[in-house]
Amino acid sequence: MPKTLYDKIWNDHLVHQQDDGTSLLFVDRHLIHEVTSPQAFEGLRNSNRKVRQPKLTLAVVDHNIPTTDRSKGIDDKDSKIQVETLEKNCREFGVKLFGMDDKRQGIVHIVGPEQGFTQPGTVIVCGDSHTATHGAFGSLAFGIGTSEVEHVLATQTLVQKKAKNFRINVNGKLSLGVTSKDVILQIIGKIGTAGGTGCVLEYAGSVISNLSVEQRMTICNMSIEGGARAGLIQPDEKIFSYLKGRPMSPKNDKWERALEYWNSLKSDSDAKFDKEINLNGEDIAPMVTWGTSPEDVVSINGKVPNPDNEKNEDKKNSINRSLKYMGLKPDVKIQDIKIDKVFIGSCTNGRIEDLREAAQILKNKKKAEHVHGMVVPGSGLVKEQAEQEGLDKIFIKSGFEWREPGCSMCLAMNADKLKPQERCASTSNRNFEGRQGRGGRTHLVSPGMAAAAAIAGNLDDVRKYQN
Amino acid sequence: MKKFISLKSIPAYLPIVNIDTDMIIPKQFLKTIKRTGLGKNLFHEMRYDNDGKVINDFVLNTKPFDRSKILIAGNNFGCGSSREHAPWALLDFGITCIISSSYADIFYNNCFKNGILPIILNEEKIKDLSEYAKRKEEIEVNLKEEKIIYGNNEINFKIDPFKKKCLIEGLDDIALSLEKSSHINDFEKKLKSSKPWIFND
Repeated sequence: MPKTLYDKIWNDHLVHQQDDGTSLLFVDRHLIHEVTSPQAFEGLRNSNRKVRQPKLTLAVVDHNIPTTDRSKGIDDKDSKIQVETLEKNCREFGVKLFGMDDKRQGIVHIVGPEQGFTQPGTVIVCGDSHTATHGAFGSLAFGIGTSEVEHVLATQTLVQKKAKNFRINVNGKLSLGVTSKDVILQIIGKIGTAGGTGCVLEYAGSVISNLSVEQRMTICNMSIEGGARAGLIQPDEKIFSYLKGRPMSPKNDKWERALEYWNSLKSDSDAKFDKEINLNGEDIAPMVTWGTSPEDVVSINGKVPNPDNEKNEDKKNSINRSLKYMGLKPDVKIQDIKIDKVFIGSCTNGRIEDLREAAQILKNKKKAEHVHGMVVPGSGLVKEQAEQEGLDKIFIKSGFEWREPGCSMCLAMNADKLKPQERCASTSNRNFEGRQGRGGRTHLVSPGMAAAAAIAGNLDDVRKYQN
Repeated sequence: MKKFISLKSIPAYLPIVNIDTDMIIPKQFLKTIKRTGLGKNLFHEMRYDNDGKVINDFVLNTKPFDRSKILIAGNNFGCGSSREHAPWALLDFGITCIISSSYADIFYNNCFKNGILPIILNEEKIKDLSEYAKRKEEIEVNLKEEKIIYGNNEINFKIDPFKKKCLIEGLDDIALSLEKSSHINDFEKKLKSSKPWIFND
């Protein structure tokens, strides 16, 4: 029977299957961080269990740590305890950790690929919903809860039921100024935040295969915002050459064997998908979210929706609630929305290519006087690379703050947050109520669009600023 | 894990769609290293104002819903992050059953690991049940028979048989999987020869 890429990875990892389809799936790669792991380790200790495969586990601190000067450690007492707990757990259970002072430290989904820990055809899990990022490498990668983290630590497996196959084809070409962030926002706008529930997404088509490895990560990263736990892309030469020579990538004859296997990873041409949709690259413009759900998308040339045009009562209520929270009036032009802050970073858009994209727009320009701008590189290595290229100087000269790596204001667990009613153009992934700080108002955009907004002082079309 | 067999309670009704895990438990409460004590911060931004004062007209702050064990809510409940703090907060507040027309996958799974029963019903039936919340009348959830009893009516719901068994018997997932250790050993042995790069040793 013809199979999809997801079917093949699933079959390759099946340890055991019950008659009712409940399956035990082998986990090749387990990423952990300080926020969703302490209770899992405590569970192991309480039942005298060990980490079954410490070498298949990699830990990093990211969610909770300061992005300003770290020489004095962490001020926040609870954050400090959480970071120290991870350090202690990693020592006790023999897990490799990139701590706060390690140059390789960064956001877990940026560190995995950077180190070559992320590999095609593997099952990768992490107690974080943006684990889907790693699907860009043709792996089955998804977020899990803390009980499941404990399960993986103890057994190196996970109890799962097979999901449905959903293919999203993006064909044609992207116009100048349109990025993979706009593609995924457009997809989420089309399928809705629950559109991918119960499914594994496969992104395909010429637009997808023409994307760089890092741009593909941005797409897969936000699969969860479309309701899908995982989203993947068939791996190709770009992926293989990205991985070659990375610290944890296979070496020598193992590399050759791995490559042979990786080349076989594709959906059969006659494979059946339970769902399938098509988009045209040419139809996608730079996108912005106006509301409090990632499906609330509109083109930069559009307007804030009017609830009076919505017939469905639940949807109408939801639009009204969002407008109230966002402090917006119906039918206002998107480009007339003034902003207070700009955040460039996160596991969605905190990689070197993202920083280059923003820096290119900001070069020789100043941010608007009233805007506060912040760049948080995704990892220590991204930061180092950016500094070698002089990007830090471009950001600083245009009036941005240049910070230390971490999750930062994407989820605002550390000190980086919006004040009530503050409005932010953000390259992150969620515009939920309170996500970036209580009462804070988030507009999701690409790095180039965030840079354009910083210069204009309001949401603006990046295509006006292309150098 | 505490067993779930049946439950009687006046349900609380929260008619909002896409309730995300940031709403259920905001990030500032994820700094704990424990599973307990999160109930007081459940739906924090809807329950308390900027100064930390109780918002009196929020449903879970009003009697008798401050003791509800059943929560009825709009579709796509629990979307967003994978934080298990969301079901921990619900459980700590006392809610062990949720009724919605759909859930986000990760949240749905997390419920079962904590003895919480998430029931899926169509929106019409949810409207029926929400009337009982408005009238402050009890409803009964019976997992064994997969039905909800309200007034003189009954609604059947469906649940995965394995998940049902785990809830009713309060089974520990990890212990069950460790019973299959020999399968895991065999798998790892095969993997070492078929994909030697995975172990990287």
